[in-house]
Amino acid sequence: MPIQFSSITREHEAVRTAAGMFDISHMGKFSLQGKNLLSQLQHLVPSDLNRLHPGQAQYTVLLNPQGGIIDDIIIYYQGPQKAFIIVNAVTIAKDKTWLLQHLDLNTIQFQDLSPAKVLIAIQGPKAVSYLQPWVSTDLTPVKPFGHLETTIFGKPAFLARTGYTGEDGFEVLVDPEVGVELWQYLHNAGVTPCGLGARDTLRLEAAMALYGQDIDDTTTPLEAGLGWLVHLDSKGDFMGREILAQQKASGVKRRLVGLQTSGRNIARHGYPVLATGEVLGAVTSGTLSPTLGHPIALAYVPTHLATIGQQLEVEIRGQAYPAIVVKRPFYRSKNRAIYE
Amino acid sequence: MSFEYPQDLRYLDSHEYVRLDGDIATIGITEFAVEELGDIVFLELPEINGDLTKGERFGTIESVKAVEELNSPVTGIVVERNEELINSPETVADDPYGEGWFLKVRVNHLDELDDTLTAEEYAAMVEGD
Repeated sequence: MPIQFSSITREHEAVRTAAGMFDISHMGKFSLQGKNLLSQLQHLVPSDLNRLHPGQAQYTVLLNPQGGIIDDIIIYYQGPQKAFIIVNAVTIAKDKTWLLQHLDLNTIQFQDLSPAKVLIAIQGPKAVSYLQPWVSTDLTPVKPFGHLETTIFGKPAFLARTGYTGEDGFEVLVDPEVGVELWQYLHNAGVTPCGLGARDTLRLEAAMALYGQDIDDTTTPLEAGLGWLVHLDSKGDFMGREILAQQKASGVKRRLVGLQTSGRNIARHGYPVLATGEVLGAVTSGTLSPTLGHPIALAYVPTHLATIGQQLEVEIRGQAYPAIVVKRPFYRSKNRAIYE
Repeated sequence: MSFEYPQDLRYLDSHEYVRLDGDIATIGITEFAVEELGDIVFLELPEINGDLTKGERFGTIESVKAVEELNSPVTGIVVERNEELINSPETVADDPYGEGWFLKVRVNHLDELDDTLTAEEYAAMVEGD
């Protein structure tokens, strides 16, 4: 995927107001089948997978014993013995090794479909209406994080109502020939091809974490503002549970917060965050929000400074600029259905 | 995509251009640089009467994609800067060699441009042949 096809802001706007598409075939795609699949996966993530019914999905994280995030992933639960997992591109090898080490391979069949399949994300308020004509199943009843197996051009397709933009839309997994054809049809119909640049500005406005930048092996989901996917109360032991339980009881030392700065210059990854002249944290992601028109950033700061309205400063190329802690996400779609 | 390389300009390999008119140098960045940067959001330039030193940083240009330092092709004193462009830096893309100029500088030594690139040399560098 290129950084941009036309312009980051134009592609960004297309997704916010109409529909854009991303070739995200680089992402990892694992298919798992076998006995006790869910209870085995249950041990590797902090989310309670028993809450899932077939056709539903859970955004969650693989944790190491220290509670650090190995990767953020989506588990698409297809049936008692079947699940599909989409992982980040840079972590494919690491995740695969981890899963193969911790799953009982006598009962679980693990298939890496990453090189064999293509994945296209069609996102935006009009995404579904652009996609529907090529799909043999009615997409209207599919809920956010819902998914199904169907056909496109008569060929097998896996579709999920998920994405990385904060808008409605689907991610479509198909064979390469089908993907190329679908891309062409959607392009001709008026869907805007989008690159990595817009993917980053869109996900950042929606305050979705980028692995390796906002979250990594040293950050826990509680520090990263992902407490909503940690279900300590409803599930038993899992990797990293001890640390998370401790952090929950005594509080985390740092938190990932949203920052808004004035002016036009961007607080980028690694730039220092200051309070009363002292460096206390660092920016993990930053951009000029195309929708809001001002710079936004995510940053880790000490917990006592992580309250909405807190005045801080960010250092941009040697100069301190005022920043304020704001609510996440920075942008929320008017389409309420996607938050159900 | 083919780019324009006006003949009357001299160029730096870091993509700044300079147009000399008497002892006044007009400085900006090339169409290629603008295209590479993408959506430009921020431009930081020195104040009027500020000093510029050949080969040294004089400002910053930032796009959604990246932030780049601006290098001075000359030594001299800033006599004018493009306030309109500072207020709406995205318009540099419309006319980088005209309305999209950054600074006008009174240069100390006119021979300083001798080691800058000609339009042909710069074009060859950008197009990689």
